[in-house]
Amino acid sequence: MELVLQQVLSGLATGGIYASVALAVVMIYQAIEHFNFAQGEMAMFSTYVAWSLIQIGMPYWVAFGLTLVISFIGGVLIERIVLRPLHRAPILSQIIAFIALFVIFNSVAGWIFTYTIKPFPSPFPEEPIFGTFISTHQVGVIGVTLVMLGILFVFFNFSRIGLAMRAAAQNPESSRLVGIPVGWMTALGWGLASAIGAVAGMMVAPIVFLEPNMMVGILLYGFAGALLGGVTSPTGAVVGGFLVGVIENLVGTFVPFIGTELKLTVALVIIVGVLTIKPSGLFGRPVVTRV
Amino acid sequence: MIRIAGLTRRQWAALALVLGLAVAFLLPMVVTDYRSFQFTLVIIYAIALMGLNLLTGYNGQISIGHGAFYAIGAYTAAIMMDRWEIAYYWTLPAAGVVCLVSGFLFGLPALRLEGLYLALATFALAVATPQILKYFDSWTGGVQGIVLFKPDPPFGLPLSQDQWLYYFSLAIALVMFWAAWNLIHSRIGRAIVAIRDHPIAAQTMGINAPLYKSMTFGVSALYTGVAGALGAIVVQFVAPDSFSVFLSISFLVGAVVGGLASFTGAIYGGLFVVFIPNISEEISQAAPWAIYGAFLLVFMYVMPSGIAGFLRRIGAWIARRNAS
Repeated sequence: MELVLQQVLSGLATGGIYASVALAVVMIYQAIEHFNFAQGEMAMFSTYVAWSLIQIGMPYWVAFGLTLVISFIGGVLIERIVLRPLHRAPILSQIIAFIALFVIFNSVAGWIFTYTIKPFPSPFPEEPIFGTFISTHQVGVIGVTLVMLGILFVFFNFSRIGLAMRAAAQNPESSRLVGIPVGWMTALGWGLASAIGAVAGMMVAPIVFLEPNMMVGILLYGFAGALLGGVTSPTGAVVGGFLVGVIENLVGTFVPFIGTELKLTVALVIIVGVLTIKPSGLFGRPVVTRV
Repeated sequence: MIRIAGLTRRQWAALALVLGLAVAFLLPMVVTDYRSFQFTLVIIYAIALMGLNLLTGYNGQISIGHGAFYAIGAYTAAIMMDRWEIAYYWTLPAAGVVCLVSGFLFGLPALRLEGLYLALATFALAVATPQILKYFDSWTGGVQGIVLFKPDPPFGLPLSQDQWLYYFSLAIALVMFWAAWNLIHSRIGRAIVAIRDHPIAAQTMGINAPLYKSMTFGVSALYTGVAGALGAIVVQFVAPDSFSVFLSISFLVGAVVGGLASFTGAIYGGLFVVFIPNISEEISQAAPWAIYGAFLLVFMYVMPSGIAGFLRRIGAWIARRNAS
């Protein structure tokens, strides 16, 4: 029983990271109805930015904040420069643009920072404050995720810009009529998604070490979480992310033939399984096309 | 009928085909063994890209996971040759059948949904592939992979091993391109294209879209699987880490840069995938991928129909100038 509890708790900690990635994926999906395959690599690059800032002697939380700002601006710029011209292009062109971004971020990170793994500091103390069940960093990850979710909830429900962004995602035509600059709302969505991804990257880097391929597997879990919760529902994405974290840990511990070697396959099975059984996910609404 | 220098469009195409075949046939006679090896890889990539082209170009389904089927084909060949000591040419049909079945089965659930979800599911497949290969290490040899031996030319032909493998691959490629040409220009091919152009109208006309999509996925995987088996024979080595998500991405790059929904596009794509990294690797280890990415973006904006489409446009432009 203790083992189950321990695995559930640490599953919730990694689940927080997946939930952040899933949330970033869903934010972009809501704005442009596409999965951003480069989300993980953007987050990885942001983490390298944070690492560089810490290397030049900046205190952790200052670097953290500055990274969020840089990531936000970067996300907005990517939308404006790369994706805006493809606004009306077919699905294939857009997916190829995402793949191009994926490859560019990955290789440029390898180019600038080399492929050697780097340790990334955790802002939380090393000694276990919360007992032996869970490390302080894991509690910190859950805390950071929850704080971020709280801020986003308030932003999207009570601020003018947040409401405008939701309106622009739900009904672009009508939003334009009431004077919302829909294009810029999409760009803001990209910026926010990029910043959320940066948080996920900085939270996971102390666990998996920093290297250019660090986020590929995590992005897969983010996708699995987003699908499980429902790609049309931000709340669903968060719940899905936490669930996937717990499932991953429990399956890895208690299903003997899976262990740690087939962890990515678990994500693959969740993705294909959700798409086959319930494509709209747990909280999403089914997609209806008008003929 | 518009004529350029006295020949019609069709005659020009026939001339280009004959010339292309002649060059392809004479090539290993005039270049070194290493170059022959590289051009063999071009042929192999062209087969794989033809497979991806059937799916993405003609059927409009996006796969970011074709590296997985290439891997399945490669491992089928490697295991048959290494464990069961079966002759290399028998591994190709086996790899094709294994990939046809696995492609069909993987496509079945994913293809019921719109293209975006297939891209996602295949992306997941591509990312998970190396791990799955390492897991079944009693079959796949784990991280070390499997080392193979190069076959000798049969019937005492006066060819080096590399030259023989070149001609062998060329023959396979010609048969497979011819088969693909016939498939696309048949009733089934029209149905495949109709599903791409207007899925709802196609279904109204009585086309069983999910079945056709899954079949196309299977056939596409077959092509890529045969290419994978050839690749294993030619490279003489398979290991899980050579089938990472980047292999799948390089297929997508090749298909897009060469030109989707085009037979010559697969060949241009193969040339691009084999030779561009060689050139750019001199800059940095990471450079090929950055350059791939940049090429992808540039092609998306400037030449969405790839090299093949670009050449077609030039041809049409010359024809127009001649006509006026």
